[in-house]
Amino acid sequence: MSGQTFVGQSVKRLEDPDLLRGHGQFLDDLKLPGLLEAAFVRSPLAHARFTSIDTRDAQDMPGVVAIFTAKDLPKVMQGKRILLQVPNPAITNPVTQEPLASEEVCFVGEAVAVVVADTRHAAEDAAERVIVDWEPLPANGHCEQALKPGAGVVHADMQDNVAARFSLGYGDIDKAFKNASHVLHERYEPHRGTGHPMECRGVAAIYDTFAEAFRIWSSTQTPHNTQRGVVDMFDMPEDKIRVITPDVGGGFGPKNQVYPEEMVIPAVAQLLSRPVKWVEDRREHFMTTTQERDQVWELSAASDKCGVILGLKGTLIHDTGAYLPWGTIMPYISAATVPGPYRLGAYKLDITVAFTNMVPTTPLRGAGRPQAVFVMERMCDLIARELGIDAAEVRRRNFIPADSMPYEMGLTYRDGAPIIYDSGDYPEAQAQAMTRAGYDTFSERQREALANNRYIGIGIGNYVEGTGLGPFEGATIRILTNGRVAIYTGATPAGQSHRTTLAQICADQLGVDMSNIDVVVGDTGMMPRGAGTYASRITVNAGSSVQNASIELHGKLLKLAAAKFDVTEDDLKCIGGFVRIKGAQGDSISFSDLAKMTSGTPGYVLPKGITPDLEASAYFTPPQATYSNGSHVAEVGVDPETGLVTILNYTVVHDCGNVINPMLVDGQVQGGVAHGIGNALLERMIYDKDGNPLTTTFADYMMPRADMIPNCNIVHMESPSPLNPLGVKGAGEGGTIPAPAAIIAAVEDALRPFDIRITEFPISPQRIVALIAEAAQEKNGEQSNDAKQ
Amino acid sequence: MSEGQHTHTVTLTVNGDVHTAEVEDRFSLADFLRKKLGLTGTHLGCEHGVCGACTVLVEGEAVRGCLMLAVQADGQEVTTIEGLADIGGNLNTLQQAFMDNHSLQCGFCTPGILTTLTAFLQDTPDADEISIRKALSGNICRCTGYDTIVRAALSAAATLRAGQS
Repeated sequence: MSGQTFVGQSVKRLEDPDLLRGHGQFLDDLKLPGLLEAAFVRSPLAHARFTSIDTRDAQDMPGVVAIFTAKDLPKVMQGKRILLQVPNPAITNPVTQEPLASEEVCFVGEAVAVVVADTRHAAEDAAERVIVDWEPLPANGHCEQALKPGAGVVHADMQDNVAARFSLGYGDIDKAFKNASHVLHERYEPHRGTGHPMECRGVAAIYDTFAEAFRIWSSTQTPHNTQRGVVDMFDMPEDKIRVITPDVGGGFGPKNQVYPEEMVIPAVAQLLSRPVKWVEDRREHFMTTTQERDQVWELSAASDKCGVILGLKGTLIHDTGAYLPWGTIMPYISAATVPGPYRLGAYKLDITVAFTNMVPTTPLRGAGRPQAVFVMERMCDLIARELGIDAAEVRRRNFIPADSMPYEMGLTYRDGAPIIYDSGDYPEAQAQAMTRAGYDTFSERQREALANNRYIGIGIGNYVEGTGLGPFEGATIRILTNGRVAIYTGATPAGQSHRTTLAQICADQLGVDMSNIDVVVGDTGMMPRGAGTYASRITVNAGSSVQNASIELHGKLLKLAAAKFDVTEDDLKCIGGFVRIKGAQGDSISFSDLAKMTSGTPGYVLPKGITPDLEASAYFTPPQATYSNGSHVAEVGVDPETGLVTILNYTVVHDCGNVINPMLVDGQVQGGVAHGIGNALLERMIYDKDGNPLTTTFADYMMPRADMIPNCNIVHMESPSPLNPLGVKGAGEGGTIPAPAAIIAAVEDALRPFDIRITEFPISPQRIVALIAEAAQEKNGEQSNDAKQ
Repeated sequence: MSEGQHTHTVTLTVNGDVHTAEVEDRFSLADFLRKKLGLTGTHLGCEHGVCGACTVLVEGEAVRGCLMLAVQADGQEVTTIEGLADIGGNLNTLQQAFMDNHSLQCGFCTPGILTTLTAFLQDTPDADEISIRKALSGNICRCTGYDTIVRAALSAAATLRAGQS
């Protein structure tokens, strides 16, 4: 240790100078000699069979180089589908996509052919001229509809639309309900849209005929997963497939998949012996990039007369879309997240994963948790309402107390380990959020507002989030002969500031300035093993590896210098890129000279004590997830005439363990909340009942804008994780997870005089107005019934 | 260039340099800047005029590069993200405020936001938070939640005002 500290400081980002000058290097900015561009021919139908694809007209179009259908792809790819990333025995139909559909398409946008041309314009012109003899088949545009008897099958060769069934739970659920003084039931329909990074997906590839190897660039969160997919598809060794991620313009989950285009573009580059690039446009993104959509929950809560939850049981239907690229991870996370910060006596959930004729669903920022937190928190609100107890008080009565940490919840998490919350103080998080939000004085404010015909409401969202999942993320740190420090890692940023965070950790250990550190990310050629950026896992995994490797490298630097100066390591310290002998007149040697020494002189033996490896590698493998938590309080105003919701105040208490860079964590939280506000109020991916997407532009699908997102009041609590050397937990998704729960609760609270219940998200102004009208009608009906009686 | 497509010769001044090129009539200004001039700092986020990532300055006005055709910009002066820093590559006041306030994460929407704000602050040196948020409402940023962008704009406006007085 050098004594200087970057960790814990709001250090400015290493990433910014290039991005601010327009010198970022995103996928579409790649310049390769002789580059061809591709456009895909995609299905206009949600379910159809086809027998012929007529490319004759298209082939003759100017600029067209070649057109490929499934049967034209290399022999090794024939009959193959994309590797299922996370298999699970509960999956009854483990079907993933073909690189190009060969005879049946199962969602709008599924690709059947690819046109390669001199320019993208020419490729798109020709793609429009490809004629496919579509034979429409019955299609399902909703998961509940798909499970009804008599529903058409999503894939023609299936018996039904069940992709997987499983149950999760603990405790004696029957006893809990038998002992209950109150049993409450509700149906919930949460919906999440899609990630919409501002940069769409993209792939470019070269096949090097000399080395018989691929070089593939992909705008992905997980180059090593892409590599695994390509290895499987082309039956080639890893060292012949190098996947590189350039700067990535946002990910949010959907770029954590292996996509058909990542197989097809390398294939056609190989077939043509030319570099080929494909960049997704926004319309394609709406149709073909994975989403999170519908879930249908039926839940019953058993409560005692004080609002203590004795048990929670029910069913969950989860829409997986037409394929299962990421297995059943998302519904599993949903199911395992429900109990959250509460000590439920017993829990039982039966999950059915349904195929539908829509683009597959996979984790999106929050990964099934916003829905789970929504149903749990809404259930707390329902209990509060029915039993006449304050909503915060109901939660207080059910919290896991801080002194029971570590707390074993009773379920197994998706990492295969029992869910053991490692640290955190959930009651304190809510208490701090309430104080900051002025919760205790809110009812007064609400009364005053109502007296002035203004409708304001308050809502709470508490959550616990499994973060920092394994298997691992490694780091190799090397001192280069120019004295610079290079960190290589499989971690692949898409805006999360990995370079800055990892450099902060390393700089503290090696006693160098961050400006002397280069962080090389997302290149399987530079770092052969990696897992990727998802599940809020990079600071925990890669951060810990950088910490461990830095400590080892620091030891090596001292050992080398000790041999050089013939002193003990205790007499030395690293500072400013030098190893110095302690004391005012101490001699020193630069990192650069040490690196040169370890390179040796041709033909000579290395000096005594000098070894040729001025580098260190570490692969931190977490024993289990580490659990972040937080409490959000939203205060909103609602106009009951127009249904317009304005967020007046938004408070976040966030606990992600030790904070490496507060500025960056604040950025993750604020951005996450904006995404959650989108989920609560704006973002709905609408399909008709036959699976046709109806929202395929940003004019139809509403994204959060600067004039509707408030500045959050963010409070950090730091409960260090005992599970990693930095004491850190994930911070990337917590902003999003409880936001729909808190906001919807606040909207319902604001409209208390109208007595409506909101059991869905997002909620649009039209829907709010409709719910108010429905409630009024119901009330009138009751009154007239009363009159009759 | 595809056959049967009409072309025009256009001359534009981009970031101070004069460029003459033949371009298909249907080429957007953004495609022209990226593909013909190699100025890849201008990013395409939606290509239907909503997200604002491709915003560039044409005669000082913020314009969507995906909605304006290259031929429409013939004879005009265009400034892109690459033209904001000074010749030595030093960040300008607004760029520096973005760095200081963590106003960007992935950086993909940033070029369009910087150009939008450049034009806006020129017209509205006394901009307050509400007017900045309105000015930004045509630019989508998925990462930041906007707050740090607004703060950077307010800080840059103050610095620019101080410099002029």
